[in-house]
Amino acid sequence: MTLTREQKLELYYFMRLTRSLEERLVNLYRQTKVIGGLFRSLGQEADAVGAAYALDKSKGDILSPLIRNLGAMLVRGAEPTEVIKQYMAKGDSPTKGKELNIHFGGIERGFVGQISHLGDMVPVMAGVTLAAKMRGEDRVGLVFVGDGATSTGAFHEGINFAAVQRCPLVVIVENNGYAYSTPVAKQTAARSFVDKAIGYGIPGEQADGNDVLAVYDVTRRAVDRARRGEGVTLIELITYRRKGHAEHDNQSYIPEGEIDRWAAENDPIDRFVKVLRAENVKASELTAIDDRVRTEIDTATDVADASPMPEPVEALRGVYANQANVPPLWFREDVSSAVDSHERASGWGTYDV
Amino acid sequence: MSEVTYLEGIRQALFEEMERDPNVFCLGEDIGAYGGAFKVTEGLQAKFGASRVIDTPISEIAIVGAAAGAAHMGMRPVCEMQFMDFVSNAYDMLTNYVATARYRIGLGCPMVVRGPSGGYVRGGPFHSQNPEAAFFHTPGLKIVSPASAADAKGLMKAAIRDDDCVLFFEHKYLYRRIKEEMPAGDHVVQIGKARTAREGTDVSIITYSATLWKALEAAEIMQAEDGVSVEVIDLRTLLPLDDAAIVGTVRKTNRVLIVHEDTRTGGIAGEITARINETCFEWLDAPVLRVTAADVPLPYSPPLEDYVLPQTSDIVRALRRIVAY
Ligand SMILES: Cc1ncc(C[n+]2csc(CCOP(=O)(O)OP(=O)(O)O)c2C)c(N)n1
Repeated sequence: MTLTREQKLELYYFMRLTRSLEERLVNLYRQTKVIGGLFRSLGQEADAVGAAYALDKSKGDILSPLIRNLGAMLVRGAEPTEVIKQYMAKGDSPTKGKELNIHFGGIERGFVGQISHLGDMVPVMAGVTLAAKMRGEDRVGLVFVGDGATSTGAFHEGINFAAVQRCPLVVIVENNGYAYSTPVAKQTAARSFVDKAIGYGIPGEQADGNDVLAVYDVTRRAVDRARRGEGVTLIELITYRRKGHAEHDNQSYIPEGEIDRWAAENDPIDRFVKVLRAENVKASELTAIDDRVRTEIDTATDVADASPMPEPVEALRGVYANQANVPPLWFREDVSSAVDSHERASGWGTYDV
Repeated sequence: MSEVTYLEGIRQALFEEMERDPNVFCLGEDIGAYGGAFKVTEGLQAKFGASRVIDTPISEIAIVGAAAGAAHMGMRPVCEMQFMDFVSNAYDMLTNYVATARYRIGLGCPMVVRGPSGGYVRGGPFHSQNPEAAFFHTPGLKIVSPASAADAKGLMKAAIRDDDCVLFFEHKYLYRRIKEEMPAGDHVVQIGKARTAREGTDVSIITYSATLWKALEAAEIMQAEDGVSVEVIDLRTLLPLDDAAIVGTVRKTNRVLIVHEDTRTGGIAGEITARINETCFEWLDAPVLRVTAADVPLPYSPPLEDYVLPQTSDIVRALRRIVAY
């Protein structure tokens, strides 16, 4: 389970890529090129990257991220270009402009795009892993939820169901201190989230979410357990959300000095750099990675920026496997050409009333 | 008198009602010190304390269910859904428990479930929904959806005083865009009464919430370019519908267009059309037409959102078709 030097440098690469990509998105947001909100994972890069890294791509493991798990998406193969295009609502983004931020991806890619409704991905991932188990596939699933999302009914029902079915599922509760403005103490009266595992009859482990190697280790143990047929593990990662809920949030509810303290003493990238340096990684090696990240993001930005916005009629496509069920919008002048003729073969009939 | 925004109208209603009646209290996510995601409850906790302005966990079922329980005890809870999209989580509680409690066992649920709904803001599929039709079908609930700042305040006050559960759909696009002089004093607007937002003689538009403003724009265009006089009815309350107002305008203009932002199939326009058909068929000079969103989840990208949601040009085109019939 010990990682090689190359693997550790890869972890560094993904954490750096996550942070720099988000910084680039902030620039684009300020230039009003990002449509809608921007959600940062500053200070949480280690938990997303370390956990996702514990999955095995070659075995077809699948994860479902939360909004702050950009790093996990990148580890699983999401491209910076795709992410920027999504945020810019471009027509050739992974969702063709229909969905936003990191709500994208499918089973074949190893990550399942989330919805906004918190907690809902837990039962969905229970089903994904149940199916893998039913078919005798050697696949493991991982789902991220925030401390806030643990308060939903969906979280409870999903984890309980997965537990009784002994699904090969890892549930990670990212305890980053706040759900929007609500501190953990107002979210749960439990001493810790890992205590909840007892109630579900599953093992629970807690780890330092800002130590990427600790995150990898704890997740890897849970993944191995799942792969051995021992069912669900609940992991609580302790971390901290240094940015607001989204860019517009001024964090007025945070006690004086708290953010600075976490930034100064517990930045996951700074901490990992110290570890790497102690293991004789040269500063120039890290700089080379930083340079590579910068180049990749520059290229991705140019590509995304030059991409077209979607064609309006794309809005009508993709609701059903057979598109013909979008009924006529007679008040749209251009609607008769909206849907390809082969898609109009059956359904509501004429589009050009 | 100064102008007040739609959002401020709602905020004033909450303040005034909490002051008037100690049984009124608010509960929801981030509504306390933070003042809510849109700042509708800003300053409320500072004034009334954390026991009457309660920050809840992310638990819509608990918020609505607990409000029902407290309402049974004589309290008047006002629940905030951070976005109305998340009321779907509490659908069971609202439709099965809250809506039936009085009918089944005589326990009323004097409570309000309020929050921002609607699109035109590039919010994507889960921060733009208009879920009113999902509840429109449920006897026992009331549904209110104001379009103006004065109505937002007056209807919120009425909703809090109502002895049943009122779902209060605020439109986030209107929050800070709509401003008007607020009537002085205890401004209460009766639930269940539509309003004629513009008098006209040739054709009627029946609408509510954000599309009211698009309907009014379209009416101006029709007057200026076609010399057609358009009457615009703002429903304000969706459940119960104001049948008298609907019948009245149809009998006056004999032509009607229904406009709403929600999707088409199973939308409220379908019910209104049926009622007009049943009660005013002989007064109609043209078929009742609808302008609504397309039957798709609401997409994120601006060109897509613009395409899916009703626009002023769609309304104008529809009116011309009705007038030419
Ligand atoms: C069911 C539901 N209710 C409300 C919201 C609105 N909302 C979006 S994010 C958020 C806070 C999430 O906190 P947490 O789960 O701790 O994740 P974090 O943002 O801290 O990463 C809330 C309340 C939602 N998305 N889903």
